Amino acid sequence: MPPLRRAVLATAATVVAAALFYACRSTTPTTSLAAGDAASRVYVAPGTYDEYYAFLSGGFSGQVSVYGLPSGRLLKVIPVFSQNPETGYGYNEETKDLLTTTYGFVPWDDTHHAELSQTDGVPDGRWLFINGNNTPRIARIDLTRFETDEILQIPNAAGGHASPFTTPDSKYVVSATRFSVPVPNADVSIDSYKQNFKGTLSFITANQPGKMDVAFQILMPGYDYDLGHAGKGPSDGWFFFTSYNTEQANTKLEENASKNDKDFIAAVNYKQAETCVAQGKAKDFPSEYDHNVVDSVSRVAKVERKTSVKMLDPKDCPGVVYYLPTPKSPHGVDVDPTGEYIVAGGKLATVIPVHSFTKLQKAIADKAFEKEIDGIPVIKYEAVMAGEVQKPGLGPLHTEFDGKGYAYTSMFISSEIVKWKLGTWEVVDRIPTYYSIGHLMIPGGDSRKPWGKYVLAMNKITKDRYLPTGPELSQSAQLIDITGDKMKLLLDFPTIGEPHYAQAIPASMIKDKQVKYFSLAQNTNPWVTRSEAEGGIKRSGKRVDIKMIAIRSHFAPDNFEGVRIGDTVYFHVTNIEQDWDIEHGFAVFGNTNAELTLNPGDTRTLKWVPTRVGVYPFYCTDFCSALHQEMQGYIRVSPAGSTVALTANTSERARRQLADAQTGK
Amino acid sequence: MLASLLLAATLATPIWRVELVAPQYPEGLGMEIRAHTIRGMREHDLDNMNELNHYIGMKRIEPDSIRELRIIPWVIGALAAFGLVAALIGRRALVWAWLAAFAAGGVVGLVDFWRWEYDFGHNLDLEHAIIKVPGMTYQPPILGSKQLLNFTATSLPALGGWLAGAAFLLGVAALFLTRRRAHAAATA
Repeated sequence: MPPLRRAVLATAATVVAAALFYACRSTTPTTSLAAGDAASRVYVAPGTYDEYYAFLSGGFSGQVSVYGLPSGRLLKVIPVFSQNPETGYGYNEETKDLLTTTYGFVPWDDTHHAELSQTDGVPDGRWLFINGNNTPRIARIDLTRFETDEILQIPNAAGGHASPFTTPDSKYVVSATRFSVPVPNADVSIDSYKQNFKGTLSFITANQPGKMDVAFQILMPGYDYDLGHAGKGPSDGWFFFTSYNTEQANTKLEENASKNDKDFIAAVNYKQAETCVAQGKAKDFPSEYDHNVVDSVSRVAKVERKTSVKMLDPKDCPGVVYYLPTPKSPHGVDVDPTGEYIVAGGKLATVIPVHSFTKLQKAIADKAFEKEIDGIPVIKYEAVMAGEVQKPGLGPLHTEFDGKGYAYTSMFISSEIVKWKLGTWEVVDRIPTYYSIGHLMIPGGDSRKPWGKYVLAMNKITKDRYLPTGPELSQSAQLIDITGDKMKLLLDFPTIGEPHYAQAIPASMIKDKQVKYFSLAQNTNPWVTRSEAEGGIKRSGKRVDIKMIAIRSHFAPDNFEGVRIGDTVYFHVTNIEQDWDIEHGFAVFGNTNAELTLNPGDTRTLKWVPTRVGVYPFYCTDFCSALHQEMQGYIRVSPAGSTVALTANTSERARRQLADAQTGK
Repeated sequence: MLASLLLAATLATPIWRVELVAPQYPEGLGMEIRAHTIRGMREHDLDNMNELNHYIGMKRIEPDSIRELRIIPWVIGALAAFGLVAALIGRRALVWAWLAAFAAGGVVGLVDFWRWEYDFGHNLDLEHAIIKVPGMTYQPPILGSKQLLNFTATSLPALGGWLAGAAFLLGVAALFLTRRRAHAAATA
């Protein structure tokens, strides 16, 4: 080869190499970190089902989202604490009382922690509980219908964050105050925090649908109680809550509440609390709070105002609470599947501290206390500490377990999950998350029997992970395989709201229990219309009630006249279909309210206050059938004082039904 | 004797089954024809089929208005009783007669079934029908499958139908066996 040509070739090769190198650099380095067979691991072929239902909190959307795993497909958003115009939840007359509180109608909240009910320490798929953080509440969602059935307001509390973690048989779910407040709330100087502000730990009876109530509250020093988890196995009967701000700062907490080297885990012996309450040691504490329940027969929500709780002061019940010193502003507190280890996520700590339940019992027997705060003994750190995971990363928050002796801790600041071994406290693996992971979740990973196949990372920041969407980017979950020695990234998927915490359960435990439609024969809504012949319009003063049916592909009646300005109209619409997923919708032109989504066999009521004379169409909003576009009708609005007769037309089928009824057929 | 008991059992079991499957109904909708009634395979199937049928102007399937359903249980009962008598008396001629009556009943039943299907499939209320396909009729098959718009209709004997068939075959077998025995007796 002539030298010149060789030189040209060499130059060309260098340019190509440089270009390749640049190209490599400019690709996102993280995408190549996914496991090689990731696509096939998360591919759920069309027409086949996911392996798990995952319930993710919707964060500031106030709702719960349901995803299939491993595909990451969004299956449903369950309305809980926020009005949902899509279905009429919180707008229609049947559900709006679910959002009633002693402060009035609160149309929004901030959901944080999804919690499945448990039997014998294992998720059982009966219900999902979720907390409202802002105006403390706990909701129960029935998993045969994926509907919110019940919401209990928590009195004497602010920031219902450490909630609604369950005891192993869902006898109780708990709620603790993230923000201490005057208890009872009062007009006091904020500077009087140390004298006047208190925390409360609430135990809510949870194992009877429709009957959630505050069993008792424990009055605590005014710290911020952050998260909690129940004991299990040997530690059954105990509950553990983290606290921070033991400095009791009331301003600039980021600095003032980060001074103490250690804050506390509050270890609560709730069996002891039960005993003290039974012995009359709890005070009847006047407290107003609302309990909203959907009646299981009529499917209409009702509000019950309650007026008192049992309040237990630890001073009056020795042995009910101990403080375990824990570095440093701990966030999560998680109990391993055996019930022996209590793992804290000290968000500013350089280690992950782990307490031992065996040592806790011994320390209590030996009275290894360093001091007492308001009647609560503080156990010596060394007397209760089982070990510390050294150099785990930065910002440990939450820990879940795989049931094979390993723990997985989320690291907010260093954006990673760290896998470590219980007992030896050695870090065995770590994997980056994109980015700023909060909670993480292994199906059943906080229970006695984890299904330790995947861990789901829930991330706060996504930056370059998805197509950008303006200033605010999607939040995200990441599915990671944990079946081998090395964790493997499988999938990113965007989430609604902020997915704080999640729970997941094998699909087989839920999918075959689904309600397919509501029995029309058993519908006891006071405004049910069971057949076309039963529809009609009625006036009582300025209130007009319209009863109508929806069936493929018409409403009946579908023409109404005689409504006047000044009237309030209630459309009571019954979907008389008795077939799965045959939904109808109902919306009225110009209504300042939402629409109705009508499940088969269900009756829902939409309020409408017409303000202008005219004729208004209404129509079916849920594409129900080939003639869906024909599913419509009209209502005429006349001026106040008009003499237009109040009428509803009669469908031909209704005429036949009426004729049959007359001939006794 | 067994044949008669089998036949009697058909009174309590579905005799024929017509099932409809469509893209929107992967789980299917079905109806069962029993001796005394017609009902959905699942609780509301019949109502749902009637609801769908209103689009094509088909009459509602109302079991109460089908006279035959009041007669069929008696016919089957009588046949079972006849079979029992034939078995007890043990005369081959009676068994022959029973089989003939059985066959006649079966043929009349199937013809009647076909007649009803024809009526439902062809006599449509075109004035109120919403979906009208020129030349389209909706007669489901007696036996086998047929595409009716988006639905595949499949019609097959159900447990009762098979039991009745088995009863008939048992009757034939009885004749056959006794023929050999009669033959053996004659040659001995």
